[in-house]
Amino acid sequence: MDQKGYRRESFQSATSDEDMLEIAGASMDFSMADDDPPLDREMGGFSSYNGGGMNGTSTMMDFLEEPLPGVGTYEDFNTIDWVREKSRDRDRHREITNRSKESTWALLHSVSDAFSGWLLMLLIGLLAGSLAGLIDISAHWMTDLKEGVCLAGFWFNHEHCCWKSNTTFTDRDKCPEWKSWSQLILGHGEGAFAYILNYFMYVIWALMFSLLAVLLVKGFAPYACGSGIPEIKTILSGFIIRGYLGKWTLVIKTITLVLAVSSGLSLGKEGPLVHVACCCGNILCHLFTKYRKNEAKRREVLSAAAAAGVSVAFGAPIGGVLFSLEEVSYYFPLKTLWRSFFAALVAAFTLRSINPFGNSRLVLFYVEFHMPWHLLELVPFILLGIFGGLWGAFFIRSNIAWCRRRKTTRLGKYPVLEVIVVTAITAVLAFPNEYTRMSTSELISELFNDCGILDSSKLCEYVNDFNSTKGDDLPDRAAGPGVYTAMWQLALALIMKVFITIFTFGMKVPSGLFIPSMAVGAIAGRLLGVAVEQLAFYHHDWAIFSGWCSQGADCITPGLYAMVGAAACLGGVTRMTVSLVVIMFELTGGLEYIVPLMAAAMTSKWVADAIGREGIYDAHIRLNGYPFLEAKEEFSHKTRAMDVMRPRKNDPPLTVITQDSMTVEDVETIITKTTYSGYPVVVSRASQRLVGFVLRRDLIISIENARKKQDGIVSTSVICFTDYCPPLPPSSPSVLKLRSILDLSPFTVTDETPMEIVVDIFRKLGLRQCLVTHNGKLLGIITKKDVLKHIAQMANQDPNSILFN
Amino acid sequence: MNSEDVRCKCICPPYKDHSGHIYNKNVSQKDCDCLHVVEPMPVPGPDVEAYCLRCECKYEERSSVTIKVTIIIYLSILGLLLLYMVYLTLVEPILKRRLLGHSQLIQSDEDIGDHQPFANAHDVLARSRSRANVLNKVEYAQQRWKLQVQEQRKSVFDRHVVLS
Repeated sequence: MDQKGYRRESFQSATSDEDMLEIAGASMDFSMADDDPPLDREMGGFSSYNGGGMNGTSTMMDFLEEPLPGVGTYEDFNTIDWVREKSRDRDRHREITNRSKESTWALLHSVSDAFSGWLLMLLIGLLAGSLAGLIDISAHWMTDLKEGVCLAGFWFNHEHCCWKSNTTFTDRDKCPEWKSWSQLILGHGEGAFAYILNYFMYVIWALMFSLLAVLLVKGFAPYACGSGIPEIKTILSGFIIRGYLGKWTLVIKTITLVLAVSSGLSLGKEGPLVHVACCCGNILCHLFTKYRKNEAKRREVLSAAAAAGVSVAFGAPIGGVLFSLEEVSYYFPLKTLWRSFFAALVAAFTLRSINPFGNSRLVLFYVEFHMPWHLLELVPFILLGIFGGLWGAFFIRSNIAWCRRRKTTRLGKYPVLEVIVVTAITAVLAFPNEYTRMSTSELISELFNDCGILDSSKLCEYVNDFNSTKGDDLPDRAAGPGVYTAMWQLALALIMKVFITIFTFGMKVPSGLFIPSMAVGAIAGRLLGVAVEQLAFYHHDWAIFSGWCSQGADCITPGLYAMVGAAACLGGVTRMTVSLVVIMFELTGGLEYIVPLMAAAMTSKWVADAIGREGIYDAHIRLNGYPFLEAKEEFSHKTRAMDVMRPRKNDPPLTVITQDSMTVEDVETIITKTTYSGYPVVVSRASQRLVGFVLRRDLIISIENARKKQDGIVSTSVICFTDYCPPLPPSSPSVLKLRSILDLSPFTVTDETPMEIVVDIFRKLGLRQCLVTHNGKLLGIITKKDVLKHIAQMANQDPNSILFN
Repeated sequence: MNSEDVRCKCICPPYKDHSGHIYNKNVSQKDCDCLHVVEPMPVPGPDVEAYCLRCECKYEERSSVTIKVTIIIYLSILGLLLLYMVYLTLVEPILKRRLLGHSQLIQSDEDIGDHQPFANAHDVLARSRSRANVLNKVEYAQQRWKLQVQEQRKSVFDRHVVLS
């Protein structure tokens, strides 16, 4: 592979063709309106900050000093330089503040600049809320389309179709306006043939939806597949993936998410909603110069947009902000906290006013019961936590193994076929069991529901003793035959969901994992809850029950067990802690249940962490080889900077550029021969004293521009990085001054610095590379990729799995 | 507010030998209780209060216009995307094959084996200045977009480097 450390290496390439391809793609890219200012604009009239962290307005400005469009931007699949971006923003802000004293117009400009952040949050909240409303309403309708159609207006789903008519108490689903497919085709809905016809139509619709979804993804926006959260985590830590948060990705993700959810696959829409919200954030950033030109500020906006995404997915604004803080964001300044909250609130409010569920609730499974629980019930709750942890660890292992197989073997060559096969299997297995036939959100809603006298579902078919009913507060009763049927059907549903989700998550359609994990946990919780309830009913004279659960009292609430189970499983998979508890308690509205939820979440996290350290998103980041420097892990080995830096002992020396003695041709040769993404600039080769650091992309653009625009720049022109260039004899060609693209303050460490400190520096400052000096002379360079490889090596993982720079 | 879109739903559980029943009526929020909605009252006079105590009445409203508009918007966008996909995969190659010159242009656009970093920068810097025609702009934008999608497709589906 490579000997030279800090080359910007692409994928598994051995040839330099691939590397050049990346540059070709990136050069094409910087003229796209997606993430970069297009070159179609006038070359004059840019803003006054430039890519060196210097204040460019004051010094003597000739035409060359103004930054070219493209300088200061980044290539695809590269890491941004946080320090540079932050200092650019500070410069810009300082300049606006200074100018604001000059005229009223400038003052207004500065006020509007300060206000622009809040306006942007408002717009993001509105757009995210509207898109979430669109997705919810459409998904509801299309899910029911698999089973029948509404004659009173094809756009109504089953529930809304029967809204106006009177349904019976026991059969709340039947109404004359809603016709199942067999009723429509055959005229009647009973009998074996009608059942088979319904089955057949269900499978056909499911296949059609998922086929459409995968074709749209493949044809228009391949980045729209998957969950999106691992990639957004990486983007927020400073990585650039061009097009991942673009317009087409947004449109395709929204449309195909509805199709994927409606096709009955075992996936959810929460993760993709975060991606959709971040796309909205990225697109709306283009309206404001402050955010469009600065990658670091943009990531603040993306953090807030992620919070808005979770907020509309769960109806949990605070949970959304905490999720963004805990799971998704890398740097989360305090200012972002307030703005994220604002964005999340606006999004939640927008969704509420669209009112997709017809009852002013944001989420389908909002429950409101407030039954007390007893301390002894903590034992089954902790059992549920252990189950959640075990399932989480099992799911992560198997899903990663399956995704790795998809990545490396021939399975990955047939994405469309894979989606169709998985959908077919899911649909065929799901139809016979009514608990898998209904959509997963409805299932969770039914499982969370506490049975009262007004319920008539199978799960609530207890043996009622009418003499002792008092209002809605029913005591613990013996289970009727309906409950037993429901129990074994739920057990089968549990087994099916546990296994099918492994193959579903990660397919080439938008897929989330919150809802399937919650479903698994809710089923397990409800089963345990009913078991405990029946135990308490039949053995109310045992010592553990007699104290608090006398006969005729309502002590066990299976709905609560379902909730705790859902929280445990979700925590086991994602390893969320605070955000999980807050989301669950915002979903239920019950402060009483914080203790059971916390107990289950903690237990599941401990059990899952004991088996495998990473959550699902970190595991996917590692599988894809993204350069994500984990902020939560401690680096505790005793290596030093000289052990990690490049060049190593037997390598050729560091490729450097001298400050005023290299010609354009020399530099071009270096650029063509090597693929490093940046070069240190030294005083001279003999002294190796450091002047600064210059990026490859900036060099290419500047040299190319100079060749075309400036007179007298030829291959033998000297490139000068200093303010005062050495005088040359009059017959030599004119000098190319490139001081404006030089970063004069690169970070350096000495070679004896412990790696603990170096890793800390990289993490805290968001560096991309760090120069290593010895006795004041430049010795080598450490890049982020070297740090990641080193960490992987120390952890006995494969260091070559870090693919990107 | 559309009067069709509000309702008061009362769910009354089984009582003595009467079975459970659900009543829907189009009343305003202040009239949404058992006495106004449950008609005809299945139990005789003295039992009405006991019966009504067990009933739960909820006022609900929805917006059928929102639902209709949303579904129609969604289906139209989906339809447009499908048409565009059909156009791109079936119709456009046939059209392009007819105009030979164009097909060569596509070839050179898709040939991204260009090894010169400087040539590409040069290319892009040059391209920025020659846009005269709106049609050219649209075509250029479309070519650029297709290239981008192709790149993405390669990363995701062929090389499996992102999003596996």
